[in-house]
Amino acid sequence: MSEAVAPDEVRTEELLITIIARLLEGSRLVAAGASSPIPGGGCLLARKHSGNAMRVNILGSRKYNLMTGGGVELFDWAGQGRLDAFFLGGGQIDGEANINLVGTGDYPNSDIRWPGSFGSGYLYYLVPRVILFREEHTRRVFVPKVDFISTPGVSDANTYRTGGPYAMVSPICLMGFDAKKRRFHLKSVHPGHTVEEVRDNTGFDFDVPDHVPETEMPTRTVLNEIRTEIAAEIAETYPRFAERVFGVAA
Amino acid sequence: MSGIVANDVDALAAMIPDGAKICVPPDYSGAAMELTRAMVRRGVRDLHLVCVPVTGMQGDLLIGGGAVKTIETSAVTLGEFGGAPRFQNALKQGSIRIMDATCPAVHAGIQAGQKGIPYMPLRGMIGSDILKNRSDWKVQQNPFSDDDDQIVLLPAINPDFAIFHGLKADREGNVYLGVRRELFAMAGASKQCLITVEEIVDGNLLEDPLLAPGTLPAIYVGGVAEAKRGCWPVSFWDEYGYDGEHMRAYIAAARSDDGFAGYVAEFVQGQAEAAE
Repeated sequence: MSEAVAPDEVRTEELLITIIARLLEGSRLVAAGASSPIPGGGCLLARKHSGNAMRVNILGSRKYNLMTGGGVELFDWAGQGRLDAFFLGGGQIDGEANINLVGTGDYPNSDIRWPGSFGSGYLYYLVPRVILFREEHTRRVFVPKVDFISTPGVSDANTYRTGGPYAMVSPICLMGFDAKKRRFHLKSVHPGHTVEEVRDNTGFDFDVPDHVPETEMPTRTVLNEIRTEIAAEIAETYPRFAERVFGVAA
Repeated sequence: MSGIVANDVDALAAMIPDGAKICVPPDYSGAAMELTRAMVRRGVRDLHLVCVPVTGMQGDLLIGGGAVKTIETSAVTLGEFGGAPRFQNALKQGSIRIMDATCPAVHAGIQAGQKGIPYMPLRGMIGSDILKNRSDWKVQQNPFSDDDDQIVLLPAINPDFAIFHGLKADREGNVYLGVRRELFAMAGASKQCLITVEEIVDGNLLEDPLLAPGTLPAIYVGGVAEAKRGCWPVSFWDEYGYDGEHMRAYIAAARSDDGFAGYVAEFVQGQAEAAE
């Protein structure tokens, strides 16, 4: 039962949920956004593996809501040091882990305008494990230099910063980030993908160890958990995702 | 009816002069859409729109309707339905001024406004292009630290009007907002609130000990009007969800000037005719 299952049995979404759950291990309180079904699923799986000790807040969920203080409370948690992990995406992410959620081209009359920075300009500084998550791993996302810094990957020593980039998860690989070196490093490549493919699709340089392991697949037990309990829980907050990936109705 | 309870949303919209600074909540937190349509109908101009801390269709409709001069926000998006077409177009045309923020910075400005103090310090933002583009934000040394410790100071936000939708109001003008604390903060920071509700009820909400903690006292309220399903087509708390079909139709229409004009004719101007 504890053997990792064969890669062709595992959907990409299931692998990403597994990876995220591993990255959250040991957290006390984690939060995921309203439009983040895979991070949300990762949080719920991590919670299960913690014996339900981990607290999970999913924005927009009625069941996984731990707040009564209004829209500001999540940010107050981060300021208080209570929030251990959060997720950020980005229209562009560069090699120093700067994130751009605003747009491409000259600000403010952007060529492409994205919604905006949301809470990133704050949470990235104060949440110890910020997991960068994108479902698209291409050179248009992973750029040499972002066009607009919604929030910087690294700060000077005189800037109060207890948090920052902890890992970057994409459909083809897992990367870590070294704030001192201001560089990403490849941690593992998912089965069916190669280091060359990661290089070809990443617009910035990153460190590659001599031996790059293949990302570990979930065990049969974990995969079953994802497909039953976690899928049902995800369906409450992310019904369309649960329907599409797991065929589960809300 | 007279006094604090207005006859309809158009009476509330008439209270908002051109050039007013207004604040609105996110689309899911009680966006007063029927009042927003009335504002576009009335043809209000040059608003400074503060989104606490983000907006969606409400902001897009106001921008498309030519009501907005400046938007102060941490994001504008129609979420799972897509981007905000009129917002994106207005930025490309340079027809609105944007003050990009990050969510807790807007909340902090509102909190300062609520307390009547000039500013609120907040962590984060240093080294970002958000800060670089906000000449109204200052960075200063933390006066309580002996170390080099820079912190951002955000000026108080004091809108002329907070505009949102609540569940119910009594005839005194007390409004039940439940657990939506951000609406209370917006009310405290603003000179007055213009509020639509699902229903006007008999009695006094403050006399019910279960309702009182979730009730905004009338002292903050400039006007309230009944608007059943007043958030349509966006969602309202747990009361009703998005009208997904309409949201998608809006986005499709709002991608072009003509499409948006057609939408306004049908759903904004058209509604006034239906009400007459």
